[in-house]
Amino acid sequence: MPNAISYRRYPVVRRETILGYALILPSLAVFFTFFIYPVLYSLYLSFFRWDMMMPKQFVGALNYRELTASAEFREVIWNTLRYSVGVVLAAMAAGLILALLLNRRTALSSFFQACIFTSYIVSWVAVSLLWIWMLDPQYGLVNYLTRFLKMPAQDWLGNHRLALWSLVGVTVWKIVGYPMVIFLAGLQSISRDYYEAAALDGAGAWQQFRFITWPLLTPTTLFLFITLSIATFQGFDIVNIMTQGGPVHATSIYVFFIYEQAFHYFRLGTASAAVVICFMMILLLTFVEHRVFRRGVHYTEVG
Amino acid sequence: MGSRNPLVRSLMVAFLAIIALVEVFPYFWIATTSLKDLRGVIQFPPSLLPLPPHWENYAQAWQSGPFPRYLMNNIITTFGILIIQLFLACLAAYAFSKLSFPGRDVCFYVVVSCLMVPPQVRFVPIYIMLAKVGLLNTYAALILPYATSALGTFLIREAFANISDDVLDAARIDGADVIQIIFRIMVPIAKPTIIAFSLFSVVYHWNDYFWPLVMTTNEAVRTLPLGVALLREEGTGARWHIIMAGNMFVVVPMFLAFLVAQRHIIRAFTFTSPK
Repeated sequence: MPNAISYRRYPVVRRETILGYALILPSLAVFFTFFIYPVLYSLYLSFFRWDMMMPKQFVGALNYRELTASAEFREVIWNTLRYSVGVVLAAMAAGLILALLLNRRTALSSFFQACIFTSYIVSWVAVSLLWIWMLDPQYGLVNYLTRFLKMPAQDWLGNHRLALWSLVGVTVWKIVGYPMVIFLAGLQSISRDYYEAAALDGAGAWQQFRFITWPLLTPTTLFLFITLSIATFQGFDIVNIMTQGGPVHATSIYVFFIYEQAFHYFRLGTASAAVVICFMMILLLTFVEHRVFRRGVHYTEVG
Repeated sequence: MGSRNPLVRSLMVAFLAIIALVEVFPYFWIATTSLKDLRGVIQFPPSLLPLPPHWENYAQAWQSGPFPRYLMNNIITTFGILIIQLFLACLAAYAFSKLSFPGRDVCFYVVVSCLMVPPQVRFVPIYIMLAKVGLLNTYAALILPYATSALGTFLIREAFANISDDVLDAARIDGADVIQIIFRIMVPIAKPTIIAFSLFSVVYHWNDYFWPLVMTTNEAVRTLPLGVALLREEGTGARWHIIMAGNMFVVVPMFLAFLVAQRHIIRAFTFTSPK
């Protein structure tokens, strides 16, 4: 009798399997061609020296050894780290403060939210061009303001020490709306009851923040920290348009370095090794995120 | 703005107003600059209003390159990507949420793991691959690498999984085939998710600079943001009035979209945050 049942069910199950694969096959084909194969191919290519013209030359781990020994690559890592940490911390702090102040369902609050969020969906091209103009040492509005405030004018993008922080500032200006709306969503999910109970017990505003809001926002804070870290790690547009990595290498950050290696110097092996390292970092961050949330979805874009 | 003390409250509003001004004023500055002439651009101190307005800057920016082409290409790639993404994601999401077959979960993990492979990791190998098959400088190079979205598949699968099987059984009894079930029944129910994902995808690809920069060298397939960025490399001197006029081509559509669909767009970008 059990045999009879499985015999009857067998063709039904098979139809569902065929249908299932028919439906996912187009997606899988694209994922293999444009996601999985590229990662494997980068790994393969990272062991070769190749300029896209001459035949590939196997060099073992030389590309990796050269990268880690290269002063420029170290500078790039250091720049990327400062850019990422600067943007992530400043944007999160500002976003949290704004969210706390705007956590009200009034027309004025939505108006301010809209003003602040808009930049997040404006193209990096527009934002970068705008800020080259704003930061222009001679005719720019920012230096006009600094002079007006009796402060020295600066070459914001041409000064070796300042350029990276100017990019951090522009990035925070552009993306701060994102942590703001995410924190707002987090705040709105906290039940009013906690605050009412705390107020009854005589807790002040700071204590309410310290012992209710901040702990209950932990998942939001971690989410933002990881998604923004991954996103800033992928920054490119702002550097390519505003500074081209300069002056010298002062604003050369990770993806810009890969781009330069591949398309300016045609060192495909070196670029691939850098890609592989970049992928490993993202893998690590995603793994941490997955550990924290058991659900690794992120789609923030920065730079 | 939660305080009851009127002084504290007005200080908070003043602070927020300053921040909002800092965020919005630069866009006003794009508009102002775009209507000045060269003398107005380098005038010191700068004037707030461009009087008289030089509307011809827009014509000059628009004619500095094949901008109708750029705009057309932007529309084709953005919506080409969206339509293919939605179509493939809905098919796959149905299989992942409503069918059971061996290997389903493994395949789903493969899809989800693609979330970790951003364009910035893929561009070098894909460039080489497309160069080999002669597809650089084509719409295919701009659209195909984005033909599926791991995020879209993931989100739509979640939305489909929430739809009760009874609805599907009823449809099946009425003789609906798979395609009808997906697009006539499940898609309308999952509309909020699909709208949110679509807005995310459209905003991302409409603004995208990186991918077209790498994959195109030919004006015939270049997109709007790339065309505007190129304005800066043309001509000499302080052409900021022309560049800002070009910038308006990129900024204004996004502003209009945001004005119309603010709520939906913010939702699209907060969709996956923990709540």
